[in-house]
Amino acid sequence: MSEQHGVHTDPGAIADLVDAAEQDHTVVGRDGAVSSYRARRTLRLGVELRRQLRRKRTQLTLGFLAVLPFLLLIAFKIAPTSGSTGQRTASSAFVDLATASGLNFVVFALFASASFLLVVVVALFFGDTVASEASWSSLKYLLAMPVPRGRLLRQKALVSGLLALGGLVLLPAVALVVGLVWYGSGELVSTTGEALPFGTGLGRVALAVAYLAVSLVWVAGLALLLSVSTDAPLGAVGGAVLVSILSQILDSITALGDLREYLPTHYAFAWSDLLGSEVDWGDMTRGVFSSLAFGAVFLALAVRRFTTKDITS
Amino acid sequence: MSVKRRWPVLAAVVVLLLGVAGTLWVNRTAPVPEVHSRDLLIDVVDGPQHDQAVQIDATFYLPPTTPAPAVIVSPGFGATKTSLAEDATALARRGFAVLAYSARGFGRSTGQIALNSPDYEVADAHQLVDWLARQPEVQLDKIGDPRVGVTGASYGGALSLLLAGTDPRVDAIAPVITYNDLSQALVPGGVFKKAWAGALFGSALTGGGQAPGACGRFLPEVCQAYTELATTGRAGEQTIDLLKRNSPASVTSSITVPTLLVQGEQDTLFGLDQADANARQVKGRVKVEWYPGGHDGGPPGDQVRADIGDWFGFHLAHTGTDPGTGFSYQVQGAFRARGAPLTRTVTAPAYPGAEQHTVALTGPIQPVVNPPGGSPASVSGLPGLGAALLGGSGTAATGLAGSLAADLPGESAVFTSAPVDSQLLIAGSPTVRLSVSAPPGAESGSTVLFAKLYDVGPDGRRTLPGSAVTPIRLDAVPAELTVTLPGIVRPVAAGHRLQLVVTTTDQAYANQTEPAVRTIGLAGNSALSVPVVPGSSATGSGVPTGPLVGIAVVLGLGLLAAIVGLVRRRYAEDLDPELAEVPMVITGLTKSYPGRLTAVQDLSFRVERGQVLGLLGPNGAGKTTTLRMLMGLVRPTEGEIRVFGHRVHAGAPVLSRVGSFVEGAGFLPHLSGAANLRLYWAATGRPAEHAHVEQALEIAGLGDAIRRRVGTYSQGMRQRLAIAQAMLGLPDLLVLDEPTNGLDPPQIHQMRDVLRRYAATGRTVLVSSHLLSEVEQSCTHVVVMHKGKLVASGTVEEIGAGSGEASFRVDRVTEAARVLRELNGTGPVTVEGQVVHADLGSTARSAAVDALVRAGVAVEQAGPRRRLEDAFLQLVGEEARS
Repeated sequence: MSEQHGVHTDPGAIADLVDAAEQDHTVVGRDGAVSSYRARRTLRLGVELRRQLRRKRTQLTLGFLAVLPFLLLIAFKIAPTSGSTGQRTASSAFVDLATASGLNFVVFALFASASFLLVVVVALFFGDTVASEASWSSLKYLLAMPVPRGRLLRQKALVSGLLALGGLVLLPAVALVVGLVWYGSGELVSTTGEALPFGTGLGRVALAVAYLAVSLVWVAGLALLLSVSTDAPLGAVGGAVLVSILSQILDSITALGDLREYLPTHYAFAWSDLLGSEVDWGDMTRGVFSSLAFGAVFLALAVRRFTTKDITS
Repeated sequence: MSVKRRWPVLAAVVVLLLGVAGTLWVNRTAPVPEVHSRDLLIDVVDGPQHDQAVQIDATFYLPPTTPAPAVIVSPGFGATKTSLAEDATALARRGFAVLAYSARGFGRSTGQIALNSPDYEVADAHQLVDWLARQPEVQLDKIGDPRVGVTGASYGGALSLLLAGTDPRVDAIAPVITYNDLSQALVPGGVFKKAWAGALFGSALTGGGQAPGACGRFLPEVCQAYTELATTGRAGEQTIDLLKRNSPASVTSSITVPTLLVQGEQDTLFGLDQADANARQVKGRVKVEWYPGGHDGGPPGDQVRADIGDWFGFHLAHTGTDPGTGFSYQVQGAFRARGAPLTRTVTAPAYPGAEQHTVALTGPIQPVVNPPGGSPASVSGLPGLGAALLGGSGTAATGLAGSLAADLPGESAVFTSAPVDSQLLIAGSPTVRLSVSAPPGAESGSTVLFAKLYDVGPDGRRTLPGSAVTPIRLDAVPAELTVTLPGIVRPVAAGHRLQLVVTTTDQAYANQTEPAVRTIGLAGNSALSVPVVPGSSATGSGVPTGPLVGIAVVLGLGLLAAIVGLVRRRYAEDLDPELAEVPMVITGLTKSYPGRLTAVQDLSFRVERGQVLGLLGPNGAGKTTTLRMLMGLVRPTEGEIRVFGHRVHAGAPVLSRVGSFVEGAGFLPHLSGAANLRLYWAATGRPAEHAHVEQALEIAGLGDAIRRRVGTYSQGMRQRLAIAQAMLGLPDLLVLDEPTNGLDPPQIHQMRDVLRRYAATGRTVLVSSHLLSEVEQSCTHVVVMHKGKLVASGTVEEIGAGSGEASFRVDRVTEAARVLRELNGTGPVTVEGQVVHADLGSTARSAAVDALVRAGVAVEQAGPRRRLEDAFLQLVGEEARS
């Protein structure tokens, strides 16, 4: 095969290497490391970001989030609107509300994606990050550089967080542009018929995105914990999504009563409280606490597990 | 070990169970208070002369603790006490003794329907209060005066007002969707509300154990009044008198008790104007609530019922907080969640609290025609049937009902506003000034018109809020008048228009039968005056402190953990200065897994500069585990590894002097080989010029393939790239695990050359292999491992050649052994098959061969004894050779 043809080491290459090795003398620092080595310079955010951004998975995910608003727009455009009979159905009211203004379009996009799509995105970025390195066997070489384990997990979590946040902002940002172009800068009308002027509405939508980001912290923590516990990236991502779905199903069983407040997804839609003229901060505060508490526990377990486990991948 | 590990698990399970149990205990549902009820017939006497005996069918609901304040629940028109059971039980659970009954003429109560006449129904109710005063379960204010509240919907609500206005013993009332003046409600503006009145009258025509007749169960004078209305469409003085006498309006000015007025926003029978009149006339504390239901939309929901309970709780039992005297109204959104529209409640501090907004209307003066017979007629809704026909469940259907409205061309005049800039939340009755005249030559007598206000969407879709119209009767034209449109609650979205339509006909009313032509135009300021009631959305709670503290605690703990992590990272490196120049020393290294084989057991050896050390052993000997411990990937159970004197642990900085390739290549498959090596080096954070990427790439020698994705590489190519990666930065200790696997013979040869010459620069190479020949040819030193233990170590010559021992393959072994033993200075001689081993001591091998040949022994082969091979073959068996 031609590919094997090209594969050979030129005898001169060995001489070059030996030359370089003879001229190059290792300078050692007090900690025993090569003097140019600094633990805090290993796996810098820029490097990890480059490693992740060049992956198809990252590009496809972010690309899909950017395209989604256009898909929604097309769906609304080709959806048959009510005819001359003036019959209003529940679904036409739904479309009316979603297309009432650019901001409403953004809110609809968030509603449509909050319970599943955004969970998957967060689980994907966090669940895949360590497990995929393990599955490529590249994790051991990173750790042997050495990138201290705590630092590796932190850098990876930060980059995953940046990417997830990027996706989380990208969707409403594109939806806002699409919405402004097609549905104008009208008032934000809530599901209960309250209207907010554009400026206030924009602020509220921004707050809603911020709340969504915080409310998904627990998914991030869980996905990270699964990511350091398995060598199968799909298992980590799927596991986190599965737990989220399970929590949503349990949350829909009203017979569980107040017990549902302990479910991590119970306050997932509390951000809709931002859409009224007067904001009820109660559920959102509880939601932030719930998500942070779950997230902190999962994160602590992830750190503990990753810093003590034997890497055998 | 296993017992030790089980304890934390057990403890965790116990804590978890305790937690669940505690949560369940805290959240256990309070036992539902048991309510007893008894059915009874109460004898009352009524009539103008107080001489007609009637039996009232009632049920008395008793709370667990008595005596308790009482509540009388009065049924709606056509309903009986059974339909009140749910409300009555709920009130009894809240601690009230509740008397629910069927009004006279309905259900099993005897007597005839007198439409809440003071002589009949109201007189009956007085005697129910008397009856309550006699019951030991009812709390008394004084002898004969029970602590009592009255509530009811529609017909029953009017009764509660009439009773409170005439009986000073009543302490609080909560009338729901009821009327102020029946003549106003049934004949508004002098136009008969034909459809509704017919539906109500029809519902009481049959049943009640009486022979069917034109008047059914109605008192003759009531029947007569209805007949007059239904046949002429006009109300005579006597009829108006009857309706007024039987209406709360006759007594409202005497009501001084706390009054909660609940009215529906979807109600074409008793609109918001009726509650407004009651609220203005009642002298006591008044609170007004509007909910998105009514005779067209359905009964109140849980929230309103709870408010009624709270009202009686505070005013009768003096429990709970003061519900106050404010005004709240629920606004229905366009969006539905699980079939029910989402609503929000707006609370204003006082009733009515309305601000008037002006919305300009435009439209020319338009002619309208009243067709002969008043037919065909415009449609505004389906009175009394809307909810039943359009899906039953009350409020769910009202959105549809609002869009049923249709106006006939030629019969309607239309005036439209510009689109509103921002949402306009109408709460109440808009007003407008109109001028009505007759065209020249047309007759100019009595005129009936209907005015209604549409919400028109940007797409032209019209909605008639509340399905409501205002009828107008004019005795003569031309005339200019202020029209008060029906009271509605409607959020008019930005971009929507308001449209005033004036028609000559309406299906729900008794239309004028004489044909007529009128012209309609705007008058006054040509604008609608729209009431808006600002208030706060009653979502209530502020920021709860519990979770806020929780958030602070979580963030604080996170910060603490970060600080602890920073401090812990600065622990002193464990350095043995004497070993600072020794590339690697392994001492007593053991790795055991609970319940499995011990992978490495008490392993000790060292490597010096310039050596190429081979770590030899069959698969599973513990070589790879040892190398993983050397890289800090696996934590030793016991013992230690020191690299240049520094003890190795996960992330030990000294690992930066080690380059490694252990158990397979690890590359990002989506990147090219070159990009992989550059990103790898970038990740170390060290300067690019220290990497010697070019030299390493030349060693890999992948040619053009270096720019292809690693995912497309063959096993051998990955292997070469991985070795090149291990060499990046020219590490002082190069660790390679089975480096020649997957390489072809010429490549293997080159690799040996690379390793040897690399070590010659003063660096150290550690190679593991399961192939003896590989180690023999590549390495200067060797360590043999088997089953995790060290078997032998030394230079390849030392171990491979022994010290002066030689082996001879001969034809006659006994003879050869004898000859060798006799040689000068020879040590022990052993025979093994056709081979004789001997320690020749100072004797040269050539001399020994010479002696053998001279003794007539044929020597096939003579050489140094290969003890390494012996040992290795013995250890690994035949399988490893293949």
